[in-house]
Amino acid sequence: MELNFTGTDICAVNGTSSAPEAHYELVVVGAGPSGVAAAIDAAKAGKKVLLVDENPVSGALMGNDVPLYFGGRMTAATQNSERMLEAIFMSMPELETAMEAGVELLLGTTAWGVYRNGPGVASLPEQVVGLADSERSWLIGFDHITLATGARDLAMAFPGWNQPGVMGAAALQMLLTRYDAFAGRRILVLGSHDLAVETALLAQARGVEVTGLVEVRGAPQASAELLAKLAETGIPIHCGTAITSAKGGIDGVESATLANGQEIACDTICAAIGLVPSIELVDTMHGARTLNAARGGYVPLGEATVSAVGDCAGLADNGFDHVAYRMEWMQALTNISADDTVICQCEEVTRADLIGVQPPNYLSRPAPMCARSLNTLLQDGPANPDQIKRLTRAGMGVCQGRRCRDQVAMLLALEAGKPFGTIPLASHRAPVRPLPLKIMADWNEPEAMSAAWDVWFGIPTQWVPVEDLGTQYEEDHRQMLYTGMYE
Amino acid sequence: MSGSEVVIVGGGVTGLSAGWWLARSGVKVTVLDKFIVGWEASGRNGGGASHYQSPLFDEEQRMWPQMDELLGYPTEHQKERIIIAMTERQWEQYRFVAERHHRLGHPVEVLDVKQVQEAVPLAGDNCFGGVHYKFGGHANPQRSVQAYAWALQDLGGTIEQHSPVTGFETAGGKVTAVKTATATYGCDAVVVAAGPQIPQLMAQFGIDIPLAPARAEMIITEPAPMMPIGGVDGHKLYGRQTMRGNLAYGGGPHEWIDVDATGPKDRPSTPLMRNLASRLAELLPKAAHLNIIRSWAGVIENSPDGRPIIDRLTSPDNVVVASMSGVGFGLSPASGHAIRDLVIDGACSFADIDILKLSRFDNLESDWREKRGWMPIS
Ligand SMILES: Cc1cc2nc3c(=O)[nH]c(=O)nc-3n(C[C@H](O)[C@H](O)[C@H](O)COP(=O)(O)OP(=O)(O)OC[C@H]3O[C@@H](n4cnc5c(N)ncnc54)[C@H](O)[C@@H]3O)c2cc1C
Repeated sequence: MELNFTGTDICAVNGTSSAPEAHYELVVVGAGPSGVAAAIDAAKAGKKVLLVDENPVSGALMGNDVPLYFGGRMTAATQNSERMLEAIFMSMPELETAMEAGVELLLGTTAWGVYRNGPGVASLPEQVVGLADSERSWLIGFDHITLATGARDLAMAFPGWNQPGVMGAAALQMLLTRYDAFAGRRILVLGSHDLAVETALLAQARGVEVTGLVEVRGAPQASAELLAKLAETGIPIHCGTAITSAKGGIDGVESATLANGQEIACDTICAAIGLVPSIELVDTMHGARTLNAARGGYVPLGEATVSAVGDCAGLADNGFDHVAYRMEWMQALTNISADDTVICQCEEVTRADLIGVQPPNYLSRPAPMCARSLNTLLQDGPANPDQIKRLTRAGMGVCQGRRCRDQVAMLLALEAGKPFGTIPLASHRAPVRPLPLKIMADWNEPEAMSAAWDVWFGIPTQWVPVEDLGTQYEEDHRQMLYTGMYE
Repeated sequence: MSGSEVVIVGGGVTGLSAGWWLARSGVKVTVLDKFIVGWEASGRNGGGASHYQSPLFDEEQRMWPQMDELLGYPTEHQKERIIIAMTERQWEQYRFVAERHHRLGHPVEVLDVKQVQEAVPLAGDNCFGGVHYKFGGHANPQRSVQAYAWALQDLGGTIEQHSPVTGFETAGGKVTAVKTATATYGCDAVVVAAGPQIPQLMAQFGIDIPLAPARAEMIITEPAPMMPIGGVDGHKLYGRQTMRGNLAYGGGPHEWIDVDATGPKDRPSTPLMRNLASRLAELLPKAAHLNIIRSWAGVIENSPDGRPIIDRLTSPDNVVVASMSGVGFGLSPASGHAIRDLVIDGACSFADIDILKLSRFDNLESDWREKRGWMPIS
């Protein structure tokens, strides 16, 4: 078959992708205090600024613990998006100031990916951020992006954590302060560092009964000032112990049992062991990041056109080693819980299966499979969470690893006897929030892409059956399947 | 050749399958990979295993249903495929291919809209019809890669990860050792199955392997209810429902890139995810509400005619080179067998694979990439 090549591969992406809908000098992701401040500063300096925030997220997404670990403890009020929107404006008067300063503000708008040309990609028209609301997705070009995405809750597995009523401190604070939509009445707080004590005090101030704090270390960890305030309330701190299990019924948690044998009645267990800077978007743009134990985990390094502010850049450094603290919790919880404790809720992966690198239950486990484990895998090289994820499915569920990613890395470190930082973090991939196909869809695909769209590379000789080579059929095949590609 | 040592450069499905086949013949095998097994294309593909265009097709079809048992580890292999037409043109094209299968003796059935929906409940009545391939299938690439690797170890083979091969030692027209930065592995024969890095490695022997690397993307949704047939293509998409229920799909534009001797620098995905999403929402309208939870990209190399290059060199004469040209996952049980035969017997025992010889490109123009427009965007 004679092929006359045109010098152009119309099936290649070159120039065919959808263009961004608009361009801003600055896009700020996250309308918390630091994001709003950054947006206002830039707008006052005359810049064209777009400020987006995913909140209020839909009730369905909150049920998937997006963006925080809500643990199913939000009231029906969170289903009412208008009320939620109002609540955000009420709780953040700076938003008005930002709009007055000329900032364009989009709430209920998720930034699900940031893309730019670099190693392996040169086809993007410019650096873009992908946005989506409840109707559609679109792209926005920018000169500079400021990530003010905050920090998210660090979840910790123990028997019974996979039921409604186990939630994170940041989520609880958001429900209490911003939305007035916390559905619990009686909480137990895990941790006694600043975050835990602040959360306990806030909850109590909002009329929630705080039954106590649980501290794995021998002494409370918060600042003297916070501990003094806590002492005034009479809320006890149970030191040198950890939670062994949570019992519950159809509405979720009803009580918690501690390693010291104590059983505490509560409807909510609030994990306030740590917060993790939300660096998902940095990962999607293949940006640089580094582990900083005093600032809560991996933090963005910052680059010429990317900056991070607020908790996304790292928690305030007050000399506390967050990683060491978490690892102590993880070690204690591992010691006192059975191996069949679920680590990945979405995929129901137990610790035994994670450490055994075993496949999910719907697959068979023949003898050679059962003989495999993390230990045999480690003989081939250092542990890599992405590899473990592929084998066990831990972190592959609809919560996109928000609940278990950090735990898996910690467990692998413990099991491999290596410091936490030597285990790479499982990669974050776009979309960094679960987004329905019909919302993500590019319904206005450029004609050049539609016209040349091929199932694979559009190479006219690739799929001709060997039997047909050199026959009339070869030509028919090309005419039928590849017209337009080559002259 | 039992007792001899074969070093395999590249721990993707091709190298690992070859290693497994060789180990089954009693050969001592060492697989060297620059990172973790299956990290490149082999762990990032659509898992499709229906390569009727290939001389290795019959062997691909014969082997897959046995692989779980032979390897001893689950691959999630599932039989059959359905291809759904969403436009009149596609309907014409897919029936044309079906007719061809029929004449080649591959069992196919043309389905009307109702039959499509029975087999693929997520499909809608917006389709024109479908073609049911009662052959082929799909498997989980990541699980399969590891299954090969473990099975190979169970047979006494060795896998060295984090071991980029930097060069070779030759003597008397043969490669005698394979070198990494820190070690030298003596060998009786070498298999180079290094994907897009094959040209750089083979250039060390003064041999030009015409391959152009490109990046291709996929998306995956949260789980959907299990469908009777999970291997659902169509609307110019390829993909599968995983055994967990997720829909993993790819297709559409690729991007030509350059890869140097150290391999792809990165494998970024792009907003092409949105175009995959719209097509998948059209192909399976009852899944349109499902969340996309990840996207990714992988790098594959393509030969000028899009067919694999599987050949044993004449000089040095103990080197087998294997590039699968973008269609290597499904064919892996067969490509490994062919490579084993070339290494041990010098010829493929079960198929005529002359069409995969490197010599077919002897007269290739030096600007073949430019001619095809297969150049990276500058
Ligand atoms: C998005 C996508 C979808 C696809 N869909 C399908 C499909 O549905 N069906 C199908 O059959 N195929 C599909 N493919 C193609 C298929 O994935 C590849 O053809 C196949 O995986 C090739 O396997 P390989 O082992 O030859 O190469 P690779 O997977 O590229 O493996 C090569 C290995 O060699 C290693 N290596 C390279 N250089 C060196 C060195 N110097 N030293 C040591 N190690 C080295 C690399 O680290 C790598 O692990 C798809 C590919 C992509 C990207």
